[in-house]
Amino acid sequence: MSIIKTSIARRSFLKSSALTGGGLMLGFSWLASCQTKTEAEILAMPKEWFEINSYLKIGDNGVVTIYTPNPEFGQNVRTSMPMLVAEELDIDWKKVVVEQAPYHPKNFGFQFTGGSRGIMSRWEPLRMAGASARQMLCTAAAETWKVPLEEITTEAGTLFHKPTNQSAGYGEMASAAVGVPVPTEVKLKDIKDFKIIGTSKKNVDAQDIVTGKSMFGMDYQKEGMLIAMIVHPPAFGMTLKSVDDTEVKTMSGIKDIITIKSYPKDYQKGSFDANAFPEILAIVGNSTWQVMKAKKQLKVEWKPITASTETILGFRGDKQTKHIPAGLESTDKHRSQMEILAAKPGKVVRKDGDPTSAFKNAAKIIERTYEAPFLAHNCMEPLNAFADVRGDRAQIAAPIQIPGFVMPTLAASLGIPVENIEMELTRMGGGFGRKAYGHYVIEAALISQKINAPVKLIYTREDDMTNGIYRPTYQATYRAALDSDNNLTALHVKAGGIPESPLFANRFPAGALDNYLAEEWSADSNITIGAFRAPRSNFMAGAEQSFLDEVAEATGKDPIDFRLDLLKRAKENPVGEKNDYDAARYAGVLELVREKADWGKSQSGVHRGVSAYFCHNTYAAHILDMTMEEGKPIVQKVCCAIDCGVVVNPDAAINMAEGAITDGVGNAFFGEMTFKEGVPEKNNFHQYRMIRMGEAPKAIEVHFVENKINPTGMGEPPFPPIFGAVANALYKATGERRYRQPFLGEENVLG
Amino acid sequence: MAIFNLSINGKKQQIDTDPDTPLLWVLRDHFNLKGTKYGCGIAQCGACTVHVDGVAMRSCSLPISAISEQKIKTIEGLSETGDHPVQKAWLSHDVPQCGYCQAGQIMSAAALLENNPNPNDGEIDAAMNGNICRCGTYLRIKAAIKTAAKMG
Repeated sequence: MSIIKTSIARRSFLKSSALTGGGLMLGFSWLASCQTKTEAEILAMPKEWFEINSYLKIGDNGVVTIYTPNPEFGQNVRTSMPMLVAEELDIDWKKVVVEQAPYHPKNFGFQFTGGSRGIMSRWEPLRMAGASARQMLCTAAAETWKVPLEEITTEAGTLFHKPTNQSAGYGEMASAAVGVPVPTEVKLKDIKDFKIIGTSKKNVDAQDIVTGKSMFGMDYQKEGMLIAMIVHPPAFGMTLKSVDDTEVKTMSGIKDIITIKSYPKDYQKGSFDANAFPEILAIVGNSTWQVMKAKKQLKVEWKPITASTETILGFRGDKQTKHIPAGLESTDKHRSQMEILAAKPGKVVRKDGDPTSAFKNAAKIIERTYEAPFLAHNCMEPLNAFADVRGDRAQIAAPIQIPGFVMPTLAASLGIPVENIEMELTRMGGGFGRKAYGHYVIEAALISQKINAPVKLIYTREDDMTNGIYRPTYQATYRAALDSDNNLTALHVKAGGIPESPLFANRFPAGALDNYLAEEWSADSNITIGAFRAPRSNFMAGAEQSFLDEVAEATGKDPIDFRLDLLKRAKENPVGEKNDYDAARYAGVLELVREKADWGKSQSGVHRGVSAYFCHNTYAAHILDMTMEEGKPIVQKVCCAIDCGVVVNPDAAINMAEGAITDGVGNAFFGEMTFKEGVPEKNNFHQYRMIRMGEAPKAIEVHFVENKINPTGMGEPPFPPIFGAVANALYKATGERRYRQPFLGEENVLG
Repeated sequence: MAIFNLSINGKKQQIDTDPDTPLLWVLRDHFNLKGTKYGCGIAQCGACTVHVDGVAMRSCSLPISAISEQKIKTIEGLSETGDHPVQKAWLSHDVPQCGYCQAGQIMSAAALLENNPNPNDGEIDAAMNGNICRCGTYLRIKAAIKTAAKMG
């Protein structure tokens, strides 16, 4: 059992409610969402709610509402985060109602979805919130029954004093618990005592999803609300010159056409303020279709941007200088630019031993170059935001991954203080990193401010796909030195991209080799980039794991044995001190997947590829089985092993891994955004190939390493290694290695 | 503008709108039926799938002028209490991640099972080919369709 200092915000009105001896009756919108449940499933609502702390309130009938702090974009934190609270509160999960917390960092801490850090960052605070409430209930019971606190026990929402045979439901004691001082320290359960964590709980929103309830930003509705759409430049490297709106202004249902400048002059932008088009047009009207039609008619002239330099404040407080070149960029030019840069010496990021001599003395050198294109996120819910700005107050409802990062910019752009902005965190129809960049929220707010009315801004699919914030294009050249006995003696990686390098110099196989050199390079671009499910890892894993596979083959070793030998070296006698992985856990997932997939057992016509990677604090390994049918690769099965510590909600975690694997196969096969003269060449799903049901793996098996390590990321880690597994299976299936993504290119068939 | 008489989820409705307005926006903007989603606007993603006389159609590309007597069914009208076999199967497999595409997936699946109560893998793939799930829940969708088929 661990004792944790508490630091839970308690709303100031709690004290006043305690003083009057009762709780607060709070509004709830929950009943409406439960109309489709059968009578037995509907929880009777309490007459009164008692707020115990900012994360939970208890009804007089024992029903508990848990506020889930982080925004939901499909990772199912609206189920798994309340599970953490419920576990320590010791409540029957069936009596839990989940409500989304609004943006309120004082009460709910850093509310964000990204970096696979949600559960990891909330692991202690949310359990603490539950434990502290439980403690307050126990104290209330001890005081009421006039018995020692240590003798109070709880079980599934009931308090007991067994020596005197007394018991009470949480609901009966909730009123008294409100008056109990918040404990300064609480005891958290041992992992072995968990009853809720580690058991699969159904998605709390599934019923609303399958019955089509309004829950997404796109569905937001308010009386008198207008619809807005934007018109942004058709190409990166262009900006607004002039607009002729005379015709469009007379169109049916059109209210106004306005120009928006998203940032005040000289505003100190942060890294999540990335926006290629800070000056755009907005059309406002009564209905979506009217605005959509007007948008097509608007006559706009664009002009080239001039080169500029910005200082960007990183979220760790660091400042970076960013050069934005003028000009219209093309994929062809990017590729030749990358070739030139890759041929020059890069910036040395890590060097162990004497790689130069090792390569000089090598009996054999293997050198391979890997390449991947820009990718668009293509969340199924296009960007959108609701804003109602009146005077010095603003109400926002938006699908946003990191509300805390958009808030200061919003306040500065609107010229109103942060504390006057209320933000509701709607469910996101996908995020994948894209909805961490909140320019669309600022745009909606500026439109509302200018027209003085509530407005919902909707991006069309085309606006969404051509707006930027892409996964960058990358390239990596790997070189391996082998001695005359086919031992790997040195490894050299030189990686770069436009506009950033993908390299993680201290990740495996760094630390497993006496001689290692890592270099990087990058080139500026006016095409904006942003986080995309496992940034940089989503390229490096594929390149590295394909290369290791090829080297393993050259050394005559089994690809898993080859990796395990390297990991053994890294564990027993690591080279360097900055290696940022645990070699034993890394080997653990490879060993588990080897066993579960029955590696080594051959099946006629089935070609297997293996791959493993560590990122976002979690280890993942895949074995992918591929067959060829009429020249087309079919992914028959992916067997996956993951070490993410304690798995909070196993079936939901499996769902995430299945999704990451399918998403990875899709992007490895088809994912690609290209540019011509600054124009994105794909603007909707007729051009941008997404994986569809018939192309998804036919079966996915997910296994977790069982341990008692605090939980780490799940959303991203299973994604990067799938690129390597696809590449390695494709080689086995076709006899040819593929170095350039997407592996199935435009023709979608293999030769 | 013109007046259209519609039958949506068993209810007679009237609307005065531009004849080229897609059914999707009539449902979402005029009747506040937000379960039918906008995903692409060009019938490529399936998020807007509804039933028109029992046939799965992409409402984003269906002008309201093309509809007269046909019965329109949206996710909100698939069942009264959310207990259509497809919906029940979706819950039992805990299919959704972000959930945005799922209404469209469910409507495509329900139409498939209406015509083919016991589809094989190839038939499911073909019927569901027009519905994109960016989260990659295809395996669960397929499993849920098979479960729904068994429920009959």
